[in-house]
Amino acid sequence: MSLNQNYRIKSFCHLKNQSLTVNGQSVFDDASEDFQTFIKNAYKFLKTDYPKFFKMDSLSKLAFLAADVLLKRENLNEEENNIALIFSNRASSLDTDRKHQAAIENEEEYFPSPAVFVYTLPNICLGEISIKHRLYSENSFFIFDHFNAEHLHLYANSLLRNEKAEKVLCGWVDLDENGYEAFLYLVENEGEIEHNIKQINRIYTLS
Amino acid sequence: MTEIFISYNNIFSNLGFDSETVVAQIENGKSGLQKLENKSLLPEPFCAAMLSAEVIKEEFIKIGDASKFTKLEQMLIFSLKKVIDAANIPLNEKVGLVISTTKGNIDLLEKENNFPENRAYLSELGKTIQNFFEFENEAIVLSNACVSGVLAISVAKRFIAEGKYEHVFITSGDLVSKFVLAGFDSFQALSAEPCKPYDKNRTGINLGEVAASALVTSYKENLPKEAVAIWGDATCNDANHISGPSRTGEGLFRSVKIALNESKIAASQIDYISAHGTATPFNDEMEAIAFNRLGMENIPLNSLKGYFGHTLGASGLLETIVGMHFMAKNILFSSKGFSDLGVSKSIKIIKTNTPKPQQIFLKTASGFGGCNTAVVLKKVNN
Repeated sequence: MSLNQNYRIKSFCHLKNQSLTVNGQSVFDDASEDFQTFIKNAYKFLKTDYPKFFKMDSLSKLAFLAADVLLKRENLNEEENNIALIFSNRASSLDTDRKHQAAIENEEEYFPSPAVFVYTLPNICLGEISIKHRLYSENSFFIFDHFNAEHLHLYANSLLRNEKAEKVLCGWVDLDENGYEAFLYLVENEGEIEHNIKQINRIYTLS
Repeated sequence: MTEIFISYNNIFSNLGFDSETVVAQIENGKSGLQKLENKSLLPEPFCAAMLSAEVIKEEFIKIGDASKFTKLEQMLIFSLKKVIDAANIPLNEKVGLVISTTKGNIDLLEKENNFPENRAYLSELGKTIQNFFEFENEAIVLSNACVSGVLAISVAKRFIAEGKYEHVFITSGDLVSKFVLAGFDSFQALSAEPCKPYDKNRTGINLGEVAASALVTSYKENLPKEAVAIWGDATCNDANHISGPSRTGEGLFRSVKIALNESKIAASQIDYISAHGTATPFNDEMEAIAFNRLGMENIPLNSLKGYFGHTLGASGLLETIVGMHFMAKNILFSSKGFSDLGVSKSIKIIKTNTPKPQQIFLKTASGFGGCNTAVVLKKVNN
């Protein structure tokens, strides 16, 4: 454990405005304005082949695909990996919360579904990513009304310095009535970008 | 390494409005659970621990304008104010605020209420609490299912260890809402009778609502008699299923193991385990398996859900605070609702209140999304 150790950002991706970019380079663009069509097309383009994807709610689909893009480049162990997930957003799981609320709002049409209710927690998307990539590691989901690089930076450093994780996948995955945005970045010992608040904000605003 | 402590604390529940009163009620075997019929919350009868809006308001008007705050905000502010007043420290740039909740003001999605819909956003809840007390720092809202309350302690500890803060106030709370009742009911996870964690006749969970707050601090001065040092903490995912626990208790097993390693103690040095014990068949069975894998099957253990119900994002902090007071009293408290072991592996459930000197306890929690947490807490004053 060294307090002076500097960690690096190895890779990052953005999924927003019908486009996917990795390390600032365009990977996939789609004309479809609607989120469901876009995310399905992105899933197909990336040859994801994970049938559980179609059972997920929109926030999980967004977070899962963004994480998958970065993690599948990592040559991960098939048995287990120690990569912590520190995600954040503004709208929590409100997109799915509204669906569950609509199913219970009226006495005459009262029909809550467990398949919907389970997704009324923002951290479920972290569970989905952990299952796919065998991450028996830390998950934390924070809510802010803006992208908070300082918070993510401090928390990632804390986990790495204390050897609670070998790598940390951090970022912002937000989905609400007015749109969607995922920005994830992987922090570890190696990488071209320095892990500091200035760099995190720089790559967040790229593309 | 900085020592970090859990200091002043408050529990605001239907068993009382401060930790001491609530713990005295538990000592007398009293539960906050009641069988209720309220069709505006759930079509069928249910059992829960609830606080009436009128009772909360009666307390809240002593400190603020109740019409400006939701039921949950009133609970959180009331609870946190007690802790801030007891701590008596200026809320400057070295003081943080962590808010732990799963659903926050989710009842505001219902059509009839007096607040704009944006108040249902958790960041708005954070701002409301932050502004009431005029915290200099932005509220950190943590929403990580049923482990949020324990994870909030880890978050506070880490921010202090990183030097960002010297003190962190945590407040946690969730409501027994139509939203959550309908959801757990759709899973057929609700029991209409008071819950029976680990019992062979257990039939599911009861929900409960509380606000619980605590000060986490690096200052060793002025700690109350129930204060504990945070020796180790961890959180691990099961990587197995989003709505059911791992059958081998993998994430819980790993969380406890890492928390013990960080504490540099053996499992056998734990005097008491405050477990999660929701009284669902799968959860309780998973915990029994994990504690056996850890060699902790002979350590006295209880679940507090029989007193409070499952208080969701508050449960981990609530149960940690209760455990601190139990340790200060050197009594092992009974696991309410339990009579006959109903899990496949033997664990030592506390059946009656028993005096026993205690130094170290373990708090665990598990939740949807496959998350698990553990903290090891050591008594400060002997």
